[in-house]
Amino acid sequence: MSLNTPVKALILHATGTNRDLEAARAFEMAGALPEIVHLNQLRRRERRWEDYQILTLPGGFSYADALGAGKLLALDLQAFFTEQVTSFIASGKPVIGICNGFQALVKAGLLPDSKHLANNHSAHRQQATLTFNANGRFECRWVHLAPVSPHCLWTNGLQEIIYCPVAHGEGRFVLPDPGDAQQLAQQNQIALVYAQADGSPANGVYPLNPNGSILDIAGICNPQGNVLGLMPHPEDHIFPFQHPRWRRGASGGLGLHLFQNGVNFIKQ
Amino acid sequence: MSNTNPLDSQIYRFVTRPRQGNDPRSASLLADAHTLGLTAVQRLDCLDIFFIEGTLAPSQVAQLASNLLSDPITQSVEWGRLLTGAPGSKSPGYHVIEAALRPGVTDPVAEQIVRSASVLGITGVQRAAVGLRYEVYGETLTEDDLLALARRLLVNNIIQHFTLGEIEPAFPQAAQASGQVEALPIRSRSDDRLLALSEERRAALDLAEMQAIQQYYQAIGRDPTDVEFETIAQTWSEHCVHKTFKAAITLTQEDSPDASEKTVISNLLNTYLRAATQSIQAPWVRSAFVDNAGMIDFDDEFEVSFKVETHNHPSAIEPFGGANTGVGGVIRDVLGVSAKPIAATDILCFGPPDLPLDHLPEGVLHPRRIRSGVIAGVQDYGNKIGIPTVNGAIVYDPGFTANPLVFCGCIGIAPKGSHPRQPLPGDRVIVLGGRTGRDGLRGATFSSMTMDGQTGEVSGASVQIGDPITEKGLIEVILRARDARLYHAITDCGAGGLSSAVGEMSSQTGAEVELQHVELKYPGLAPWEIWLSEAQERMVLAVPAENIPALRSLCDLFEVNITDIGAFNDSQRLVVRYAGQVVLDLHNEFLHNGIPQRQLQAVIRTPAIQSDAPPGLAHIPPTNANHPPSIRSIPSHNPLSKMLLSLLAHPDIASKADVVHVYDHEVQGATIIKPLIGKMNDGPSDGAVLKPLAGRGRQAIVLSNGVNPQYGKVDAYRMALSVVDEAIRNAVAVGADPQRIALLDNFCWGDPKRPETLGELVQAARGCYDAALFYQTPFISGKDSLNNEYLGADGQRHAIPPTLLISAIGIMDNFEHTCSMDLKTAGNPLYLLGEHQHAWGGSHASLLAQTSPTQGRPPGLPQQAPQIYQTLHQAIWRGWVRACHDLSEGGLGVAAAEMCIGGRLGLNLVLPDDDPATWLYSETNGCLLVEVDASHAQHFEALFSQLAIRKIGMVSSQPRLQVTCLDELAPCIDIPLERLLQAWKGDSR
Repeated sequence: MSLNTPVKALILHATGTNRDLEAARAFEMAGALPEIVHLNQLRRRERRWEDYQILTLPGGFSYADALGAGKLLALDLQAFFTEQVTSFIASGKPVIGICNGFQALVKAGLLPDSKHLANNHSAHRQQATLTFNANGRFECRWVHLAPVSPHCLWTNGLQEIIYCPVAHGEGRFVLPDPGDAQQLAQQNQIALVYAQADGSPANGVYPLNPNGSILDIAGICNPQGNVLGLMPHPEDHIFPFQHPRWRRGASGGLGLHLFQNGVNFIKQ
Repeated sequence: MSNTNPLDSQIYRFVTRPRQGNDPRSASLLADAHTLGLTAVQRLDCLDIFFIEGTLAPSQVAQLASNLLSDPITQSVEWGRLLTGAPGSKSPGYHVIEAALRPGVTDPVAEQIVRSASVLGITGVQRAAVGLRYEVYGETLTEDDLLALARRLLVNNIIQHFTLGEIEPAFPQAAQASGQVEALPIRSRSDDRLLALSEERRAALDLAEMQAIQQYYQAIGRDPTDVEFETIAQTWSEHCVHKTFKAAITLTQEDSPDASEKTVISNLLNTYLRAATQSIQAPWVRSAFVDNAGMIDFDDEFEVSFKVETHNHPSAIEPFGGANTGVGGVIRDVLGVSAKPIAATDILCFGPPDLPLDHLPEGVLHPRRIRSGVIAGVQDYGNKIGIPTVNGAIVYDPGFTANPLVFCGCIGIAPKGSHPRQPLPGDRVIVLGGRTGRDGLRGATFSSMTMDGQTGEVSGASVQIGDPITEKGLIEVILRARDARLYHAITDCGAGGLSSAVGEMSSQTGAEVELQHVELKYPGLAPWEIWLSEAQERMVLAVPAENIPALRSLCDLFEVNITDIGAFNDSQRLVVRYAGQVVLDLHNEFLHNGIPQRQLQAVIRTPAIQSDAPPGLAHIPPTNANHPPSIRSIPSHNPLSKMLLSLLAHPDIASKADVVHVYDHEVQGATIIKPLIGKMNDGPSDGAVLKPLAGRGRQAIVLSNGVNPQYGKVDAYRMALSVVDEAIRNAVAVGADPQRIALLDNFCWGDPKRPETLGELVQAARGCYDAALFYQTPFISGKDSLNNEYLGADGQRHAIPPTLLISAIGIMDNFEHTCSMDLKTAGNPLYLLGEHQHAWGGSHASLLAQTSPTQGRPPGLPQQAPQIYQTLHQAIWRGWVRACHDLSEGGLGVAAAEMCIGGRLGLNLVLPDDDPATWLYSETNGCLLVEVDASHAQHFEALFSQLAIRKIGMVSSQPRLQVTCLDELAPCIDIPLERLLQAWKGDSR
């Protein structure tokens, strides 16, 4: 694709989405042209999926988290857009779901892998879930994320630990069989893990791992590596002055690099 | 929804159950049950119940169960037709309690079930409800235990009903719209019967007000309708019109040599608060005491708005819903000035968390339950709507047991001049947002009354549950409508509902409204109920007819309800119809200006002071240092250390991390000085700094507050001086320019009809005036909540301590010039800035030492304070200051310990004389501890050469706080950092 053609990032807005502006700002900083598009605009075909090179499902409380975080947005995706989202993913374009967006991707059966279909074949089958934090509380605090998958286009090549906040009540990644997590690890589908400041594993220790996720999982990708879902908010650390200790001279750990990876993947 | 055919419509019941045992929600409820002393509960499982009514095929019921109502990985679900009278209990020791919302209580989940069923292609669902099922196991549990568990922990009777066994959902009764309007004969009533009418309709109007209504109707030759009477009662309520602050107050001074000497204050608001703003004439104030929120300049392009409200009475009886809708309400205030809400604040006052159950007045919820409900309510609304909660405080006092205080603030940003204010004749009256039910009827008058044990039951309808996602939709639509200039005026539906919103908007013009057009949650509301309903998440706009299609299409996109209920005109009358019949017809002049001015008596008790003295003279010399509490009486080998550790562990002072972390304080990405700050992100910041995404320059917003009910108990005037000072000092400490700070007042008081109580209110208002002028900081908005009293079953009145919250908003030109409170580098000198006042009255040390709180007065205003702040601001601006923290509750000792904690560094303090207790633990205004870069220490000292500055210590790499008295060798305090941390943080992370 030509260097001069802007990379268009679709930031999907559903009722209750609230971190769409930060995601848009992050993509703008990363060199893309973000557009916040309401789900209804896509339903009415006022906007077309194929006009965008990146799909973002930002954070928020879609439909108030009623019946489980991300659940009803997942239902919308399945009911209205199964075909479009499937082909977006199949085309290899970057897709990122942050926090509520991650919850929706998982509950729509698009992560860890969209190859599993539901019994009636009309949608994807949910293979994992994000459920209530182990301590039962909402957690807003800064965490260190180690990018561990060379396979995911979003984290590929990231050397530095990402430092950014989590803000969620339902972020504990759960699989039906704990053994499945090892399999995800072997397939390089664990993209980001909660870590200590030096990058060593959090080993499930609260609050380094804020929600009790198995294997400290903070983000996973699909087997193709183009779809990333993560609970933390790298879009809330794109400027040095957002760092909690910038007054102490601390810097680095910007979440911006993740977005740059997504945009550069299209530009290259 | 009332047209269901009972022959084919069924109610189905679904129960979802966690697959794995360690469900966090159940675990936390079990722990709470044990804390409440219900130790016979051995196991407690909390399950969700859903009720769906509709015409459904079995396969559709199964699809709803597995695709909508449960998570396939973590939950199992069972379902069936609703059977009534199922016992619920299966085996010995095993019990079931089920709870469901009362009919008409806002239930966003139920609404989503109906909507999503249609997304699934299931169209036969008519309505839904949710409930909770508690499976309780305990070998020795009695029915009394179960009832106690339900009432004290699991169920709030105000919004829920419960049963031991399986519950039936309670849908609102389908009823025909009544359209019924009652005439209230008033013209020939005696005074007694006028008052009886006020009481009967819970109008909270006094005799003079009732007589004014009577005279109006005598003059126009008819009786009022119930719609009119209720409208007048709301419009004239304390909540809406602030009649105490506008009253004529006759003031006497207790023990005055001349007892006949009386002063009359015609209007507290004008005399003290507005007067301060007018006298200061700050050019950057854009709106003060006029709009729904105060506004100041931000940069060349934007202005910021700030409003703080209270939601005390609702939070007392339903803490979650009360706080929830408190946050929602103040966000609408900011939306009501056409601004984008960018941050929230909350300041909470509760009874003691360890209050013994038998000390709890009848009908009052335990402070622990109020606390957890309020915090959950703030969390739920702020987090879901995506507005960061960035600043606050929590204080405890037995006086708040029956009357907790919940102050909710919201900050907004908008392009300059983008808020239109005047409806034009012909504009449509447009309601956006939630539908209307019986929620919150008479909330404005409810908040103006003393509560008693029956209040919860009688006023249950006054409590609402919020729906933040609906309000989020309002934000999306209104900001776009503002940018497209689609409306001429806007206001929120708060207390008084449509009556107050439309009434206010049309007060300069006139309006006609047809109530039948209002969208209802359920049928059967009487016209006055529709007109007065305080259903949440609604805004009223004045929209020119030609803009309606554009507004409709925005609403359509964001799934926001829009209803056209009438038109503005130039009749100077408010006319309301129901199905064409006129149910209200009032002159604007009478409705808005007809209320007689209240005549009140106030007594100022000694030891209050003559406050007409010029500001600055309130300063008390150190020689007047009163009597230090008997710290040495505290048994310990080192009473000084013991006092410091006790202060750090005091719930007012101790870390609030457990609360801060459940609020999303990062959303919107603007929080650059966070509520918790320092090396381990856990030091208590003096204030928050926001750099909004919208702003293109380097400007930033500073937020801080001051509140101190302990001072209020001793001296309301000094409390006011102190909290104004503390709010300003906090703002300056993080980098605000002292010349660009504006203030908001929130007075929470007892019953102003008691002359002593009103006297304290007058003193506090005077204090606000004196302090505002002293610092040249204008007030831009304010609010009062009076009658925070509780009439116990014992006949005793339980009033709150006089409590004034001052919220400060400051603007700084360059966000780089912020400062944080955590120590930065070993070897840097530490200075005490300001004249230390050595005051003990209302101090936390006195509280802990159990000295009489009236022993001594709270601090006044040190004369140099304004100059000190200005000079400190220069030093911060020059980059010399590495850390800065104000001295507040607990004094210098606590401030120093907190700085050590923030930076995980030590301090060696050297005190100027041999009275360490006074230096460390007495309280003062106007003082800060400042760490200065060693290489700039000389410059810093030179800058302050004419001011009160004292080099008081040195930052140390040894992780301990050491305090030595001048001329002594051995430290009088030497505490390892770990001990400070342990005392201050407890188990919280």
